[in-house]
Amino acid sequence: MKRSALGVTALASLAAAAWIAPYAWMVATSLKTLPEILEHPTAPLPEHVQLGAYREVFGAIPVGRYMATTIAMATLIAVLQIALALPAGYALAKLRFVGKKWAFGLVLACLLVPAQVTFVPVFLMLAKVRLVNTMGALVLPFAVSALGTFLVRQALLAVPDEIIEAARLDGASEATIVYRILGPQLMPTLVSLFLVSFVFHYNDYFWPLVMTTDDTVRTLPLGVALLREQGTGVRWHIVMAANVILSAPVLALFALAQKQLVRAVGGR
Amino acid sequence: MMKPRTRWHPWVMLGPSLALLVLFFVVPVVLAAYQSSFSWDILTPPESVGTENYRALVRNGELWRILGRTLAFSVMVVAGAMSLGLGLAMLLNRPGRFFAFVRGAIFSAYVVSWVAVALLWTWMLDRDGGIVSSIVHVGFLTDSRVVLPALAGVTVWKITGYAMIVFLAGLQGIPKQLLEAAALDGAGPIDRFRHVTWPLLRPTAAFVATTSLIVSFQAFDVVRIMTQGGPSNATTLFVYAIYEQVFLNLSVGRASALTVVFFVVLLSLAAAQLRAWRARGAGGA
Repeated sequence: MKRSALGVTALASLAAAAWIAPYAWMVATSLKTLPEILEHPTAPLPEHVQLGAYREVFGAIPVGRYMATTIAMATLIAVLQIALALPAGYALAKLRFVGKKWAFGLVLACLLVPAQVTFVPVFLMLAKVRLVNTMGALVLPFAVSALGTFLVRQALLAVPDEIIEAARLDGASEATIVYRILGPQLMPTLVSLFLVSFVFHYNDYFWPLVMTTDDTVRTLPLGVALLREQGTGVRWHIVMAANVILSAPVLALFALAQKQLVRAVGGR
Repeated sequence: MMKPRTRWHPWVMLGPSLALLVLFFVVPVVLAAYQSSFSWDILTPPESVGTENYRALVRNGELWRILGRTLAFSVMVVAGAMSLGLGLAMLLNRPGRFFAFVRGAIFSAYVVSWVAVALLWTWMLDRDGGIVSSIVHVGFLTDSRVVLPALAGVTVWKITGYAMIVFLAGLQGIPKQLLEAAALDGAGPIDRFRHVTWPLLRPTAAFVATTSLIVSFQAFDVVRIMTQGGPSNATTLFVYAIYEQVFLNLSVGRASALTVVFFVVLLSLAAAQLRAWRARGAGGA
């Protein structure tokens, strides 16, 4: 019995190492200098810990602006998705009207259409109305989440009608019912939606890549990826330093909200 | 179920959502189908060519090569992520802070951006200075025979945490009494897995399989960042092929034809996913 417990611990440690070692390598590389990387690329630790690579990242790209653009974009998308999913989910879950099946079917159908299918025509549409290289091109196509609408509708099915009836008798407007009364009832669902959406769009590379052609609304993942393409040999210490800057906020958020994120992704 | 306040009340609530869904999901699909019948380079006026874009894709065999490559990549990713995810879920389905920490470490890769993961592994697999290549002496990203498995491996590293989390939820849904009863009847660990755990976990497995299949079919970031489709097109996966057609070759018609085919493939995968989702029970994201 004891031996098997030891075996389990050993295997688990091995698994942990397989996922932590690459992160450790990223950080170790970011603390090195260019000569060190060229001469001893696989030396496990830097000779002298120094932050020169981080200074070079800040010199090469406007990290602050890229980060601000990325966070603004991800926040705007997550907030809009929730703000629009609440009334739509309310109508689909609670109201009786002709055409509801049709509307719900449309939401479900859109679940089947990923960004990888829509990006060519959407790019051409946005180019036509001169929205390429604007925040609108990054945010508007994601302002509604079919999945978010669906999940809010499912969650609202479990909320008793009496709450809404009582609010109506008290003279509450429908906007008040949706945002002030039903919103708080769905807090766990909405927090999950916000976290998943924020993390996804903070990390997103594909959409900002195809919807921008210049620096005006460049996001951090794109800026970091471009850092490597910017010629002058491959200065991996700088790229890894940028990688650390890019990953740190998400890892911090993960550390803070691990339970919610795991629940949101794993379901039930 | 409630009565709406007025006749147009539901449509006020639904209007903005439905309008945006039509604009950014329905219209683009229709537009892609329409544009696939033109030859258009964005700069000069489009020219109607009927089904020529599709026929050209089939004629020069490009479509089959892209499909085959993407399928091979997906099979590797799904097999890898599922077996590792299930193994790790069973290994780490234990109480205690140590196991919680290991689960968190593995899942963190799923939360970090694809850009960070792809750049990190580009560096680790670099033929000259990469730490992995210094041990096994393989040009992972430059040898067209190993580059696709290498990208699949990186993808597995990234998404195994997801598979593990879903499998953990499935494992925790299995009543302990069943496993204890089987143990009392003399069933060893392998028999318990075969006759109790696995049959009960099958819906979860089908869910993980179809979800990771669709995710791997949509792979783009690893290709764009790690190989740009090379060497000699060995990693031109479906989405990267569409991207290449429109942004590098400026061929909107060809890109649209590829998009339409891609959409049809995804729809058939989604049909399989829907069946798996129903089996796992409603809920879950």
